[in-house]
Amino acid sequence: MLKPAAIVGQVILYGAFAAFIGYFATSPTYHQIPDDVALIKLSISHLGDRACRKRTPEELAKMPPNMRAPMDCPRERSDIKLEVDLDGREVFRTVLHPTGLYKDGVSTVYKRFEVKAGTHQLAVRMNDNVVNPGFNFVQEEEISLAPRQVMVIDFNPDQGGLYFK
Amino acid sequence: MSFHAALRNATKSVFLRVEEAFDAPFGGRDNPLRHLGAIGLYLLWIVVGSGLYLYTVLDTGIDAVYSSIGYLSQEQWYLGGVLRSLHRYASDGFMLVMMLHLLREWSYGRYFGFRLYSWMTGIPLIWLAYVAGIGGYWIVWDELAQLSATATTELLDWLPIFNEPSARNFLSPDTISDRFFTVLIFIHLGVPLLLILGLWAHVHRISHVDYLPTRRVMLATAAALTVLALFRPVLSNPPANLASVPGELAFDWFILFIHPLTDLSSPAFVWALLFGLTALLFALPLLPHGRPPPVAVVNPANCTGCDRCLADCPYAAISMAPHPGRPGSRLAVVDPDLCAACGICAGACPSSTPFRRREKLVTGIDMPQLSVNALREQLEAALPRLTGRTRIVVFACDRGAAAGKLLAADDTAVIDLMCTGMLPPAFVEYALRGGADGVMLAACREGGCEFRLGDRWSSERLLGEREPHLRHSVPPSRLQLTFASAHDSTRLATALTEFRTRIEALGATTDRLQPYLRRAPHHA
Repeated sequence: MLKPAAIVGQVILYGAFAAFIGYFATSPTYHQIPDDVALIKLSISHLGDRACRKRTPEELAKMPPNMRAPMDCPRERSDIKLEVDLDGREVFRTVLHPTGLYKDGVSTVYKRFEVKAGTHQLAVRMNDNVVNPGFNFVQEEEISLAPRQVMVIDFNPDQGGLYFK
Repeated sequence: MSFHAALRNATKSVFLRVEEAFDAPFGGRDNPLRHLGAIGLYLLWIVVGSGLYLYTVLDTGIDAVYSSIGYLSQEQWYLGGVLRSLHRYASDGFMLVMMLHLLREWSYGRYFGFRLYSWMTGIPLIWLAYVAGIGGYWIVWDELAQLSATATTELLDWLPIFNEPSARNFLSPDTISDRFFTVLIFIHLGVPLLLILGLWAHVHRISHVDYLPTRRVMLATAAALTVLALFRPVLSNPPANLASVPGELAFDWFILFIHPLTDLSSPAFVWALLFGLTALLFALPLLPHGRPPPVAVVNPANCTGCDRCLADCPYAAISMAPHPGRPGSRLAVVDPDLCAACGICAGACPSSTPFRRREKLVTGIDMPQLSVNALREQLEAALPRLTGRTRIVVFACDRGAAAGKLLAADDTAVIDLMCTGMLPPAFVEYALRGGADGVMLAACREGGCEFRLGDRWSSERLLGEREPHLRHSVPPSRLQLTFASAHDSTRLATALTEFRTRIEALGATTDRLQPYLRRAPHHA
């Protein structure tokens, strides 16, 4: 039979256990980003271009009839050059490499940028075939970000290339 | 002393002090700190039980998942809401108890030698517990789930695992589909099943496992969590919206602490910390340790194959095999990798009785460093030296109170044991018949035995509840069983004084046993 003092002691200690769990299960609260900040997520997954070459008629003639593909495309994909400017300032510069042992996989990037909510000028430039100079995909526009808004920079060739969402 | 050893000893000292303080209200059997593993398992069963109910009412549609869980808390608070809260709080409790268990076992040095297997199999369970816990948060699909899902995938993407960043699955509201929650449910069921399987392996090499704490601890824990669930019910945050970053959130620091840590540092730092700590835990047993003590040795000629050592060994180090010299009989076999060198098997062996007349007492299973014969010789040498009005023999665990230094006197002989479980009960009667007025057995505090079961087996053998038992003809008035830890020297000294006073109060009673003088037979 437990003594009254032991019962009181157990009630206090079990109560402390429950209180400890109850408190740290919900508190202190967590705030991942300040209220006046928005988030830009740059997330692109794209197969770089291939450096294809047109076969000459002589080359095609030497090939079996069922294999006479007009273009000679290597398995490897090109690196992808990517630049992001915000309000005229460089915020990100990178060259994405293709994945895979044979460098034939997609090139990917995922970055987060915390920016003050409000209006900004955002410019994204991408070149998916670094053999060629310059950028073959460019998207530049004025964006308006609400506090805690998430805006995504993505790429989809079916939607015209780079787009903001 | 190395830094690691100093840190370990300091932590052990804190644990010991708190455990001993908890003994006052809880007693040894109900002391939560001495049964962290069993409490952890109990909390896991609460999680599983409440989770099964939640699973039956959960709708895995992308919108319905939030509303079906919200319904439990709002409309069915008396059952579904309480079970949801129990599921959450028991999970948090499990994490807390698991980490305390890890810290305590490390501080007590229980990570090498015969405990290596349990230590190694325990480390992956921490990962499984956190995977299950974090995944569980996603199912609610509120803002906290959104934060955790995004942060976890961003953390995972730092590792070269996926071809495409997994965080792309949480870019915008239209990237999530119903199938995601179906897969998530399967993961949230599968990982805990793996955890339970891992727990089975974790305790596989010990015997007499406490799969559950005592009924009183279970009731009190369940009551505490239920009261918490009623007074602070778990509620969902606003529904997830991948088009915006969650605002201020009620945050579970037991399970999701990794996300703020990543935000404060970097994925590289967090992975380095997690892999570094895991590697450190795996590497701890490789640190230099003292030579392991000699393990138990079986003497086939004296082993009767009775199974008592098999029944009492706390670490399943003994198995029975056919006796090579006696067809139809069995022989105890010791696995040296599992043997803790506690001597409990020697105390369980019926051949260990000191009343045997052979000049050299050879028993069925014995410890080379302190054989039963050496124990009898120590006792036989000490008894004639005792003088005074009340002569007492103290058998004390040398991991408990420093009995040898404090209590030894002209009228008190102290015999140290590796564990009180190694004392065959017949030694008590042998000491009384050999001239002692009383025998005290100083075991470790209840539940505080270094070898798990020594205090329990000693107590049960002396009370006649376990074989080999103390003969009923031994007067209980001349026997004192005291539980004392390394910090309890004063308590032990007080217990001895009170025992002596009690014996002296008996006066010239008739409960004295007939003297017994062992004589070596001529053919020995």
